[in-house]
Amino acid sequence: MSTSSVSKGCFVFKPGSKKRRISSPTADYFSQGKNDSEDSGLRFATCQLLWKQINSETEKIQEELNKQLFDNLIHFLRQSHSELQTKKTEWMCRMKSSEIPTAALVLGVNVTDHDMTFKSLSEVLQDNVTPYVVSLQAKECPGIKHLLQKLMGQLMDCNVDVDSSEEEECVNISQKKIRCSMASLSKWYESVTKKTDSETPSKKRTSSSRHWQSPPIVVIFKDMESFTTKVLQDFIVISSQHIREFPLVLIFGIATSPMIIHRLLPHSVSSLLCIELFQSLSCKEHLATVIDKLLLTTQFPFKLSEKVLQVLINIFLYHDFSVQNFIKGFQLSIVEHFYSQPLSVLCCQLLEAKKRVNSLSHNQCENIRSLPSFRRYVESQVSEKQIALLTEDSFLKEVTQTLLEDLHIYHENYFTVLRCLHVFTTSLPKYPLGKQIRELHCACLGKSVWETEEYESAIQLLRMLAKDELVAILQKCAEIFISSSGKQFSNTVEKLEEFLARFQNLEAETSEVQDVSVSSQKELQKTTDLYHLQKTLLALKESKRSKKLTKFEMLRFEVVDFIDSLVRSYLAPAEMQTLNEVVYFNTANTLREHLNAAPRIALHTALNNPYCYLKNQTLKSDVGCISNTAPDICIVYKLHLECGRLINLVDWLEAFSTVVTAVEGTDPDAVATDQVDEIIHARFIRAVSELELLGFIKPSKQKTDHVARLTWGGC
Amino acid sequence: MSQLELKRNKALEARFVADEDVLKHISDNGGVKVRKDRAQLELNIKRFVKKLENISDDDEAQEILEEQNYVAVLGACAEASELAQTPGKNVTFESSQYPEKPASTPKSSKKYSASNKAELKSKKNEFVSTTPYRLRKRLTAPSLRSDSESDYSASCSEEEEEDKDHKETSDVILDQKTPSKTRAAPASKKTPAKKLKEEMTSNLVEEYFEAHSSSKVRTSDRTLQKLQKRKLDQQTLLVLLNKAPPAFTAELKELNQQHESLFSKWMLQLHLGFSIVLYGLGSKRDLLEKFRTSLLQDSVHLVVNGFFPSITVRSILNSITEEVLDHMGTFRSPLDQLDLIMKRFKEDSSLELYLLIHNLDSKMLRGDKSQQILAQLASLPNIHLIASIDHINAPLMWDQAKQSLYNWLWYETTTFSPYLEETSYENSLLVQQSGSLALSSLTHVLHSLTPNARGIFRLLARYHLENKDNPSYPGLSFQDFYQRCREAFLVNSELTLRAQLTEFRDHKLIRTKRGTDGVEYLLIPVDNGTLTDFLEKEDEDI
Repeated sequence: MSTSSVSKGCFVFKPGSKKRRISSPTADYFSQGKNDSEDSGLRFATCQLLWKQINSETEKIQEELNKQLFDNLIHFLRQSHSELQTKKTEWMCRMKSSEIPTAALVLGVNVTDHDMTFKSLSEVLQDNVTPYVVSLQAKECPGIKHLLQKLMGQLMDCNVDVDSSEEEECVNISQKKIRCSMASLSKWYESVTKKTDSETPSKKRTSSSRHWQSPPIVVIFKDMESFTTKVLQDFIVISSQHIREFPLVLIFGIATSPMIIHRLLPHSVSSLLCIELFQSLSCKEHLATVIDKLLLTTQFPFKLSEKVLQVLINIFLYHDFSVQNFIKGFQLSIVEHFYSQPLSVLCCQLLEAKKRVNSLSHNQCENIRSLPSFRRYVESQVSEKQIALLTEDSFLKEVTQTLLEDLHIYHENYFTVLRCLHVFTTSLPKYPLGKQIRELHCACLGKSVWETEEYESAIQLLRMLAKDELVAILQKCAEIFISSSGKQFSNTVEKLEEFLARFQNLEAETSEVQDVSVSSQKELQKTTDLYHLQKTLLALKESKRSKKLTKFEMLRFEVVDFIDSLVRSYLAPAEMQTLNEVVYFNTANTLREHLNAAPRIALHTALNNPYCYLKNQTLKSDVGCISNTAPDICIVYKLHLECGRLINLVDWLEAFSTVVTAVEGTDPDAVATDQVDEIIHARFIRAVSELELLGFIKPSKQKTDHVARLTWGGC
Repeated sequence: MSQLELKRNKALEARFVADEDVLKHISDNGGVKVRKDRAQLELNIKRFVKKLENISDDDEAQEILEEQNYVAVLGACAEASELAQTPGKNVTFESSQYPEKPASTPKSSKKYSASNKAELKSKKNEFVSTTPYRLRKRLTAPSLRSDSESDYSASCSEEEEEDKDHKETSDVILDQKTPSKTRAAPASKKTPAKKLKEEMTSNLVEEYFEAHSSSKVRTSDRTLQKLQKRKLDQQTLLVLLNKAPPAFTAELKELNQQHESLFSKWMLQLHLGFSIVLYGLGSKRDLLEKFRTSLLQDSVHLVVNGFFPSITVRSILNSITEEVLDHMGTFRSPLDQLDLIMKRFKEDSSLELYLLIHNLDSKMLRGDKSQQILAQLASLPNIHLIASIDHINAPLMWDQAKQSLYNWLWYETTTFSPYLEETSYENSLLVQQSGSLALSSLTHVLHSLTPNARGIFRLLARYHLENKDNPSYPGLSFQDFYQRCREAFLVNSELTLRAQLTEFRDHKLIRTKRGTDGVEYLLIPVDNGTLTDFLEKEDEDI
């Protein structure tokens, strides 16, 4: 069946029922693409498993981070509720003034993350506070009628969950027919609460264990800014009239600033609200936690190389501030890695990986041998071992196992030392190595960090740290090392503790030194003679200059040198590690192309320089001149670049035909006398309508047979 | 300023004129008329008085030059300037090409041109920078144009005469100059400082504002009507295009193969919850069709031609509910429909739908609401969306929220294949094609009317065509029209005429306009060519 028609634009294709597949074929596509499909099934399973783990981890992180906020919110709801319960009179008087308790939830500009927050929020509320949680989006509520409809619809659904099944039918019917008004809403609420009251005590208890007696109706406006003011105002005014009949609580999701409430609502309306402000955690903190928990850990075998991480962070910082998108990018890199790297089958927990090494096929062994990092490793070995590595699969497998273990240990050490170094560098002024640990991580991943200038200056600054700071940092470092799983750090911990002890001892010694200086100062005060004063001052200065490094300074140097040695031995760049290709995803380009594409640039390149795509020698041309052989649309495009705001079609056509006929080598005079060739005319028409489709020109009515140019500037 | 200095020095070799004078002319008379300059010259340089008279003769001679030569000269100057831009090339003009020019004048006109340089250049600049190829064409085909009306006009016509005057004189002079001089630097009409600045900035932003700075746009007045084969209908267009030899088949095939190797990766990513969007030059329809036929044969899928002129989100949703979900019944709004679809797909995880949308950025689908609905569809885990976009500003359709709903993965698929299907619908094309449709609708409507009504329309059409050369033709006044209709025994009362006119107006065959004097004027909003064709056809029928 063809999909082109002049009478319709949608075509549905349904295969016969017998042909329809039932099982999920995703794994098939995973293996189909590459001719190099070693262990693809296993790879896909590993990939899926890893992603599942990571996904659940991110959800956990989100939950933990939101806990504080949600607790506050629940507390707020509880309060407004308890007032109703206990101080009935007070509540009444508050209701008389018809104020609706409102929580303004400032969530930040990363709109894409909000959905997840709201989802978990409504879950939490439904579990802990009230079954009647309604979340509304601006796009669903163009008018007050729709808003009420949605509200009722969602409430009825909640009701169905609570109600016994026999009620369901009547509710369904009523939902369709119901006249959505606040009056019917309050009537509904009354009936619902009565029902729960009249129910058997046992059932009541179970429900009241989760919810309160007369649970409030919580209405969440997910994107407060996009609601039309009229809808919001109407809703608030109407519901404030009915607040006596049922407890209503509003939650506004705000992306910008709380000021927006006052901008959207006039005073007369906003005075009907009793607003309390809540601030969600910032997306930067969220990202830091995500990176900390997902990337800077040995829990997940998969790692991102420096460039990939940089791409993802740049998208986050310069485009959307969305953690959700960051995680999406992370997912994509996992998929890409497992899809493109056959050896990624070894990218799993160490024990499992060791097992898998044993069952590697010969082809996979060859794959290992062709890894650049492995070749480096082979070259560094003695010749007999080299031969064995390159010829014997079994020996190779043994070595691979140890190499994988080494890689694992490298990571363990790396992350511990990285955190330790981060503690040092965050205390420095101007943060030469970055404030966030991710920046430090990027710096260390890419190249040997100790060779960089930033590291030099950081070490310089470290040598000037005050004692208090240094001691505090050392204590933190010791904690990090102790908490790390690596056993090889026991020496380091001992050393750090020794340093700390020596700093303690210093304190006693320095007090003596201070005594001396104090005495000299006393001397100073004694001498009143100007000559003597000068003399003593000079002497003091002299002594200071010649004074050797104090013990503290010596110790400080020692500490810094120790840290430096740690960095040099443990923070070697990942690219230097043998077999790093197995766990590191490093084709940053694909990631950028797929996530952060530049369609305009692609179009312009294709139009300006078709040689980029069509590798034909005739298309190779200098910048600025129009190649005769180029595709029609390129010629027409280049001709249109030379025009101003309006383009005369006739002239354009003639210019086009001149350029085109010039190729064919015909004598221009011969053609010139005649009208434009029909075929050329047709080609021109096609090219022009293509340009129109692409949005470069549009028909203009300003002058007959003219089109208006729509673009200026490249890309 | 240095440039001017340079030029002046060069001029001094050939001309006998004081520096100050030239400078004065250049700086003072940037936008002043030619004749004024000439007058000043007469005062200042007495030695050339006599020859200047010659020039003025020349000028008049030039003004009555044949259009043909004018064009040739214009072209020559353009070419000269182009060639001058490439150093080392010299262009010589055969004087035989301009027989009208008296042999004695060159020297003086050179001189004259020097004083006018600033102004000339400004003109030249405008021409050359905007339409060199056009001019080149004219150089090669001067005989193509034989009409004597002004070729160039501003859209503000009051300046037209003056401009033309300037150009003609200046252009003739220009061709006498040595090319290296003419194109020492592209200059603007204003101060030298600005000239320098403009020369240096290739800043395209400024280009934009320059183009929009004045409401006046200078383009040629030629229309497609003057070309005989101006209109092609869709069929002949296709036939002609098929005749055109395909280019770069090997390279195109290679490109396509590259893209096709990605098919299974696309499937994988679609299944993992991503949506795929294809961008890049060239129609992606064939590619997607191939994807569909090779991988989607065994699954339920929906193909949407976004470029179809009357596609709506509603029709997409309808085909999902009616044909995929087999749901009978109507919906109050697309949102309700979307709700149902989302509910059904969430409930039944075995339900799977592939959604292929060609041209997601088409006029009908690019609206915010449509995109919102499509994005929500795409966010369903068991609806897999793969779409293509072509418009340069297509990504602006999506804000952050929509993008995250779509969950796009971008793939560049530059195919260079022509957008045949996408541009095949009549209304997506430029004016060249609209004629046939208007003509057929004209005949269709008129065939359903009474002979009298047809007569009325013919009468109006004839009058319209008679006045086609009159630019200030306001239309036929109603009273006048009534008189004529009565005389032709077509109507017997004003009321019947009005009734007929209502019929025409409903079919958009005529338009009424109230003139300044309050009289109602009738116009036919169809271009003259179509109208002529129509009348010819009508006459054949009768």
